[in-house]
Amino acid sequence: MKELKVSPIKHGTVIDHIECGMALKVLKILGLTEEPPEDTTSVIIHVPGSKGCKDIVKLENKELKKKEVNQIALISPDATINIIRDSEVVKKYRVELPDTVIGIVKCGNPNCITNFHEPVEPKFIVESRSPVVLRCAYCNRKLEDVTANLL
Amino acid sequence: MYSPLITMKFRGMDLVSIRDLTVPQMNRIMDVAEGMVPIAKGEKVSKLLDGKILATLFYEPSTRTKLSFESAMMRLGGRVIGFSDPKSSSVAKGETLADTIRMADAYSDLIVLRYRNEGAARLAADFSEVPVINAGDGAGQHPTQTLLDLFTIREEMGEINGKNIALLGDLKYGRTVHSLSEALAMFGAKLSFVSPRGLEMPAETVENVEKIGTKPLITNCLDDVIADADILYVTRIQKERFADLAEYKKVAGSFQVNTELLEKAKKSMRVMHPLPRVTEIDPEVDSTPHALYFRQAFNGVPVRMALMALIMGATE
Ligand SMILES: Nc1ncnc2c1ncn2[C@@H]1O[C@H](COP(=O)(O)OP(=O)(O)OP(=O)(O)O)[C@@H](O)[C@H]1O
Ligand SMILES: [Mg+2]
Ligand SMILES: [Zn+2]
Repeated sequence: MKELKVSPIKHGTVIDHIECGMALKVLKILGLTEEPPEDTTSVIIHVPGSKGCKDIVKLENKELKKKEVNQIALISPDATINIIRDSEVVKKYRVELPDTVIGIVKCGNPNCITNFHEPVEPKFIVESRSPVVLRCAYCNRKLEDVTANLL
Repeated sequence: MYSPLITMKFRGMDLVSIRDLTVPQMNRIMDVAEGMVPIAKGEKVSKLLDGKILATLFYEPSTRTKLSFESAMMRLGGRVIGFSDPKSSSVAKGETLADTIRMADAYSDLIVLRYRNEGAARLAADFSEVPVINAGDGAGQHPTQTLLDLFTIREEMGEINGKNIALLGDLKYGRTVHSLSEALAMFGAKLSFVSPRGLEMPAETVENVEKIGTKPLITNCLDDVIADADILYVTRIQKERFADLAEYKKVAGSFQVNTELLEKAKKSMRVMHPLPRVTEIDPEVDSTPHALYFRQAFNGVPVRMALMALIMGATE
């Protein structure tokens, strides 16, 4: 018997193993803050688990594509995407950091052009995945502290 | 084997960082620049860029870079629009760089930009259809300075490969020395980094140079390199980097290039400097055969002519 904190969903997506406290950031990155009212989005924050605390997001009637979710790898490298059909998990994949990260973190260089009022989103080239090394596509500096620069 | 079709494509390209260029491309620019020298001197007339308009957008003061770009364009028969005082333009009214670039894009065939923020030229290239050349973005890149430095060394020494090149001064904050070091390494030069304590070459640049395949000599003492150097590339040491004036004077003194120091150098050794200089090169050096910095400054014109002719597709 599965233990479910919220009522089970019939069709949709469960984003599991989100870094503790990052669920709302995940929704923001995925642009899921204005879903149609008939489709419930459940956000469960601070779920105790075997590896400490995690967050979970459950989206009804929406199947997220792998490409759409990869951007969250930066803030939740261990997140899994579970596609639910007829109340069963039919597909499961882990997020993977893409080659570029756009609009999620700002550049740590205060003199970088992206930190001024210009119509561009901060953009980083992923130079290495473990450890994560991001280089600003504009000023070319390495981003030293990802968490401190989350948007 | 390299394909000339891929590596030699210039037409329409942006030049934001020296890393946008391959070694064959840099060689090609230098070859074309050589042919431009008589035109740059006014001994020959050219109409190569007849009808073309260059926009020079200088948000920060610069004499040499702006004038040499403008001279280069006019020597090739083109025309120039632009500003060097953003207070006199709509920038003062709070217009974004992106919008100014969109406007310059509509009015010109090529944009040269100097801006206070790092990454500005990359942003400009995003918003512009016409090519953008970076003429300095804050503490970032200044690729045409690197090109003219390479050209000057090649012109004077015949080649760059195997030459002992000592970079001297503030190597930590000096904008030109980081990309120059990497480019010199790509050409097979032997490098020495000589700086006051605390103003050493950043670890990242040292690492990059080593990755390219040369291990630089790193020292705080000019005497370690002066006898072997073929080129002494001098940069400014700024007062503001020191806690007190006495300390600055002591350091500046021990890094000054003067005729006494030059006695320890090879006869063929040449002194370069991106200019403007303050006290780091004694004016008495100017009249010695060691002084290469005025020639270097002149070379900004033929090198920028070559670059613009190639980017405009007027030269293959
Ligand atoms: N029908 C459903 N409605 C809502 N949530 C569901 C449904 N089915 C599964 N889940 C949730 O989706 C996540 C993945 O389910 P799964 O059954 O694969 O769990 P698991 O075996 O613990 O997987 P993992 O090893 O990835 O943690 C869990 O958080 C689970 O509670
Ligand atoms: Mg589980
Ligand atoms: Zn940046």
